[in-house]
Amino acid sequence: MSQLPATDSPAAPVAAGTVPPQLAPRAAAPVAARELRLDLFRGLALWLIFIDHLPPNLLTWATIRNYGFSDATEIFIFISGYTAAFVYGRVLSSQGFVVAGARILKRVWQIYVAHIFLFTIYLAEISYVGASFQNPLYAEEMGILDFFRHPDVTIVQALLLKFRPVNMDVLPLYIVLMLGLPPMLWLMVRRADLTLMLSVALYALAWEFEWNLPAYPDGTWFFNPFAWQLLFVFGAWCALGGAARMAPLLRSPVTMALCVAYLVFAFAVTLTWHFPQIGHLLPRTLAQWMYPISKTDLDVLRFAHFLALAAIVVRLLPRGWPGLTSPWLRPLVLCGQHSLEIFCLGVFLAFAGHFLLVEFSGGAVLHALISVAGVAIMSAAAALFSWYKKATSRNGSRSKSAAGADADMTGGG
Amino acid sequence: MRVLPASAGRVAGVIAGLLAGILAAGAIAWPAMAAPECDVPAYLLTTESRLDKVAAAVERERRLDVLVVGTGSSSLPGAGEAAKAYPARLELALRNRLPGVAVRVTAEILSRTAAEAMAPRLPALLATHKPDLAIWQTGTTDAIRAVDPEDFRDAVDDGVAAIRQTGADVLLINPQYSPRLETMISLTPYLDRMRMVTQQHDVLLFDRFAIMRHWSESGAFDLFGPVKGLEMAHAVHDCLGRALAIFLLDAARIDPTSLRIKQ
Repeated sequence: MSQLPATDSPAAPVAAGTVPPQLAPRAAAPVAARELRLDLFRGLALWLIFIDHLPPNLLTWATIRNYGFSDATEIFIFISGYTAAFVYGRVLSSQGFVVAGARILKRVWQIYVAHIFLFTIYLAEISYVGASFQNPLYAEEMGILDFFRHPDVTIVQALLLKFRPVNMDVLPLYIVLMLGLPPMLWLMVRRADLTLMLSVALYALAWEFEWNLPAYPDGTWFFNPFAWQLLFVFGAWCALGGAARMAPLLRSPVTMALCVAYLVFAFAVTLTWHFPQIGHLLPRTLAQWMYPISKTDLDVLRFAHFLALAAIVVRLLPRGWPGLTSPWLRPLVLCGQHSLEIFCLGVFLAFAGHFLLVEFSGGAVLHALISVAGVAIMSAAAALFSWYKKATSRNGSRSKSAAGADADMTGGG
Repeated sequence: MRVLPASAGRVAGVIAGLLAGILAAGAIAWPAMAAPECDVPAYLLTTESRLDKVAAAVERERRLDVLVVGTGSSSLPGAGEAAKAYPARLELALRNRLPGVAVRVTAEILSRTAAEAMAPRLPALLATHKPDLAIWQTGTTDAIRAVDPEDFRDAVDDGVAAIRQTGADVLLINPQYSPRLETMISLTPYLDRMRMVTQQHDVLLFDRFAIMRHWSESGAFDLFGPVKGLEMAHAVHDCLGRALAIFLLDAARIDPTSLRIKQ
């Protein structure tokens, strides 16, 4: 939170004995003041996810997935790992493992409830479609309604996170990642590099043995938690000192050149997706080696693309970049600071926008209008949440520790 | 890296069809069809794969037997609607373009059948009909049931291999574009897998999804609306049948005018 004074993160009052003393500074030192860049880019990711969930339109062309391998999901998961480790790392060092673990579980519960809330909206939407949409051209596609002939089974499977409608895969992934956070954080503050290596090993094993969680009625999770944890753990590793240690590497012109070259390559490849006419320019052997670029299993090409993008952004936008406090970027920063609420709102608005487009068989203008209005509503809601948090924290409830308030306010990842 | 070896050759527009969006469809459109109400951009009807068996049957034997195996979206609901569905429209379009050739298109509809259940039935169907060309429409049921995309790919792969073993040419048709349902049915993984298989086996893919999306975006058809009558469904199937005929003849390198001269 920008309004939080930097003094909110005193690593000093560590209760002796809860955490080995040498770890405490490491856990809190890397980021003294709130990293507005994280909020900014998480806010951006939330906007992009919202736009990508709407049917394709002009604004869709502004989303990064059209210009490279990775997309907003990578940004969201990475920053979530980063902030979760940052926030709960401090709780861990000040209040111990049990309290930190309990806080994380409370957060998991919130995310779970949010997911079920979205599922309810989905149920309402699909029931409406079942009652109102009867184009005989799509007789077969309406088979999707069969699930709701047995609502008992479908709803229970949804509660178990096994049945997940389209576009509702991110929160279940987030829930599983957060569930794994307590032990991961415990190890991370002690042996950061070892934790990251274990994460890489799990990623490799998941690819080798095709590990994934089962889904209902068939198949596996769209976002494989065993693969995507790599990005989450990598975010946590960066938050707890990794970023500082990587800084020299990021300053090297060789790294920059490699990153730029890779981004250009990825852009060239995506061009062949949009313009099949130039597809023949892509060498066949390269295509054979490269495709498919799995999103489910967080393909290495996607991960590398995210790394290259992040390296360049960090280089171009230093921490003290004055633009971060500019009123123009304020809506993005605010959205990033209330990620769970804004994410849910975004999914809901995407549903609602889709509904409006259908009901009014909207053209491009209405489509663009809906996208812009959605982003405006998300920003307004984020501003409201910030105001409310500020107002309530001013009026007392100061009994909560500063770190605790911080954990809730940042959305804990 | 389990998925890498599976990657099929030049996957130039793999995700293209899925991401192409307004730009590709709207800005770069070449009229390719006679009927103005449902133009298809040329690149959606262009292929490097050949239909040699079809070419041989038409040119040497003056006949063409086509078998369409598909699910519900290869037919229209209701009695007597078969004549209005795209297999019958394809037959008509081929007859118009191939005078003097005995064209027969048969449709075998296995409603709500996933690829995994359909593939094993292909050999028997092919043995019965002995077509020169087998058209296999699949993917929708798999997407509705959220079948594991890799299992789906294996099933399509098996099916294509089974057809090729009989010597018939193969053409796959992917799911319909249904904007109203796209927040409920995730087609992308299945469209991708079908493209991979067709590239791996060097067989044809009729990209019904991209074609219908083009029609939706160009305003040819309002695929969003809650249309209750069958008129639009008839028109869409008629357009699909004609586009399919153009695609087939192009891939078989058959020039209808040369046939006419030889007569």
